Amino acid sequence: MSYLKPLFSHPKLPKNKLGYTLKEYEGSLSTLCAGCGHDSISAAIVRACFELSIEPHLVAKISGIGCSSKTPTYFLGNSHGFNSVHGRMPSVATGANMANRDLVYFGVSGDGDSASIGMGQFVHVIRRNLNMVYVVMNNGCYGLTKGQDSATADQGSKNKSGSINPFQAIDLASMAIELGASFVAQSFSGDKQQLIPLLKAAIKHPGFAFLNVISPCVTFNNNPGSTKSYDYVREHIDATSAKDLVPGKNEIKIKYEAGMSTQVEMHDGSEIQLNKLALDWDPEDRNSAVNALQKARAKDEILTGLLYANTDWNDLHRTLKTTKTPLNQLKENELCPGIKVLNQVNASFR
Amino acid sequence: MNNRINDFIVRFANVNGTGSASANFLFAKTVFRMGIPVTPKNIFPSNIQGLPTWYEVRVSEKGYLGRREGIDLLVCVNPQSMAKDVLSVNEGGYFIFDSTKKLNPEYRREGIHYLGIPMMEMANAAFDDPRKRQLLKNIIYVGALAKLLAMDESIIRQLIEEQFEGKKSLIEANFKALSLGIDYVEKHYEYPLSFKLEKRELLGEKILVDGNTACGLGAVYGGATVMAWYPITPSTSVAEAYENFCKQFRKTEGGENNFAIVQAEDELAAMGMVIGANWNGARAFTATSGPGVSLMSEFLGLAYFAEVPAVLIDVQRAGPSTGMPTRTQQSDLLAAAFASHGDTKHILLLPATPKECFEMTAESFDLAEQLQTPVILLTDLDLGMNDHVSEPFEWDVKRKYKRGKVLTAEELEGIGKFGRYLDSDGDGIPYRTYPGTHPTKGAFFTRGTSKDEYAAYTEDGAAYKRNMDRLTRKWETVKKLVPKAEISISSKPEAIGLLFFGTSTFSSEEAKDLLNEEGIAVDSIRIRAFPFGKEVVDFVESHATIFVVEQNRDAQMRKMLIMEMDCLPKKLVPVLNYDGMPITADAICQQIVQYLNPKRLSNHELSKTAV
Repeated sequence: MSYLKPLFSHPKLPKNKLGYTLKEYEGSLSTLCAGCGHDSISAAIVRACFELSIEPHLVAKISGIGCSSKTPTYFLGNSHGFNSVHGRMPSVATGANMANRDLVYFGVSGDGDSASIGMGQFVHVIRRNLNMVYVVMNNGCYGLTKGQDSATADQGSKNKSGSINPFQAIDLASMAIELGASFVAQSFSGDKQQLIPLLKAAIKHPGFAFLNVISPCVTFNNNPGSTKSYDYVREHIDATSAKDLVPGKNEIKIKYEAGMSTQVEMHDGSEIQLNKLALDWDPEDRNSAVNALQKARAKDEILTGLLYANTDWNDLHRTLKTTKTPLNQLKENELCPGIKVLNQVNASFR
Repeated sequence: MNNRINDFIVRFANVNGTGSASANFLFAKTVFRMGIPVTPKNIFPSNIQGLPTWYEVRVSEKGYLGRREGIDLLVCVNPQSMAKDVLSVNEGGYFIFDSTKKLNPEYRREGIHYLGIPMMEMANAAFDDPRKRQLLKNIIYVGALAKLLAMDESIIRQLIEEQFEGKKSLIEANFKALSLGIDYVEKHYEYPLSFKLEKRELLGEKILVDGNTACGLGAVYGGATVMAWYPITPSTSVAEAYENFCKQFRKTEGGENNFAIVQAEDELAAMGMVIGANWNGARAFTATSGPGVSLMSEFLGLAYFAEVPAVLIDVQRAGPSTGMPTRTQQSDLLAAAFASHGDTKHILLLPATPKECFEMTAESFDLAEQLQTPVILLTDLDLGMNDHVSEPFEWDVKRKYKRGKVLTAEELEGIGKFGRYLDSDGDGIPYRTYPGTHPTKGAFFTRGTSKDEYAAYTEDGAAYKRNMDRLTRKWETVKKLVPKAEISISSKPEAIGLLFFGTSTFSSEEAKDLLNEEGIAVDSIRIRAFPFGKEVVDFVESHATIFVVEQNRDAQMRKMLIMEMDCLPKKLVPVLNYDGMPITADAICQQIVQYLNPKRLSNHELSKTAV
């Protein structure tokens, strides 16, 4: 793109704890199609980071290839970003995270990137419980190559050219829970009320946080008969709950009757909406979460909200017992054992 | 066969998984401790238990460390391979076998000596535990060799004590087995044989170690903190060595790790992790073999184009495809140098000894960061997994890591707009920043797509071309920084050129001596890196005929020389070996002599790599 966003900002824009306005969290102008669900997700990420007062430069954004993977350019312009190789974002994020455990890692991927070419890496980054936020912008089709069905397209869904998808869909959220992801949420790009708090909870989650966000493709998959169109998703959505996981400060306790919904004010002033919890629903119970997803699927519903969370599992750094100092900040004298040791090593080979 | 001292080959024929490796190593290490140059080679199948495996030990007073054909003494404890093993013994040589069972008459042949030793019978009588019997049977033949070859028995005992430090019963059992072998030979055979060992002091400070261990240690010294890898023969022991040394030398006082090792789900992920970690300012590396290089190719192209440092150790094996996973070759040169699509090329480092494995691994991190590009260290199974006599590892106390052009927060304050891909210094190398350096300056987007000097996405052909041309300028800088070739000039104007690298070095050096004996003067050059420096160009230009020695079918190094320096292909004569066994000096000489004088050729005319 040859044009830039206007630099002007209103002097009375609200500021967060760091004194930053939303502006400091924005990126370049999007080159995606007008109305693309992905842009709404980018905007939600901007909002979530602003509200959590995260230092933008202490975030690393990593993606694979595809429309979704282009989005890291469109948020957090003061963060380093890495648009890597198709389906391989998880490995790049793993390496980056190993090098510096102190940054916030945003991995952005799509349904082609994660559910097809990158399925192996998706599975294994979950297994390792890498401390990162993994967002799949899921539109059920390949946008950049003009609308082919992806592996998350629902069976029977009609694509723009009118053909019906004969294959079963891969349900990334169910799969993530099954594989042991320590935080799994599902949302809809058109529902920022739900998406922003989920993103915030994901950022604060001390391990692998997976967000599967249904994000309609306005150009290639927003037609009647598609199960990833705006209209279809709005009609079939069923929220479970959202739950905040801000660690540290006093726990925020809320009380509400089953079947009711409530709003909770967060430590930093933002608000989180907690929808009703079904009586048999426990987001810390994997069986319960998987059952609910399967039941919703049978009813053609898309279950959104926080589906599962477990903060007890060790993230990869704790598993590997790495030092608290980021590895990329270790000094030469901490890394090189020196000549005396080398002489001992030599002696052991004589 | 008349009274040769310290010049012979012993081969052990064993069954995989029977604990023979440590007994065989005990033999080789004893020769080493006796101060005599020795080259052990493990010839093993892709199998955990049951298939034939061989261990070949060349003893060479003259210090020739390459392999040579011809076996003087064969210790055969594997009935499966016996028929072939009998035939492999040199005329006049010795065949030691387990005579617990009578030797099949089919295995008798004229011209060699048979020395039967009832190893299993003695082991069964002396030891109760069936597993121990199996293991100690191997020590019995070491005892027999001790007597037959006049080995220093006190050294053998000392090595056993070192190996089983503190485990008295094991030491005693091993000593007992050793004595059984010694006593049996004393009672039944004449000793020593016509060839034998004699103590020397030829090794000085030298060490006996394999290349993979040296690479693992080099990575620790080179400051690598992240290793990601996927198991593959013959590179796995690089990861194991790195981990072992890290556990010894990279713990904090509180017992935490100043390193992170991730066993990846495949080689693609391993390289992705290495690139992610290097991008984020940690020195990171992986080790693999040919099939892994194929899988890593896409990522290598990304790292080349996005200019992210990466270190890859490729311990080559015989390809293509799965090839011969446990056999050696130098056949990944082209795949590694040009890994990935588009106009891509990579730095190769070509170590020949464990010491160079150590040094070049450490140096590869400097080069990768200085040049912001992948560096591929090409070793092979022979160097990586076999023990080699090597100069000891050295480390200059004044040495500092060269972290390349990385801007700090203060430096970012001092400059205007940061241009990630600007060639500010004219050497083609731009400046980079690590994530998290500065709140508002220095952030940029890394991508495999085309971009302008400020890292902004662009499909402008002119900007793309400017970037590619800058990468070419950087490639010129690379040539000045990579290790120089080693050249030896004979002072004879008619000398032929001999060009070699990596594990072809030992046999090439030996071949030089053999050719000199034949009256053929040789100038030699040992390539240590790609791209080639000016000294390589000069050498090629100043010789009419250059024999290019390498261990692959397609003469890959020769092709690279032709590609890089526009020389006449005819002046570069391929000398090849690609049967999966390390190249021998005889093979090199034969091919050269045949080329120089095709009429004179006969296999018998050349003296055996002798003596």
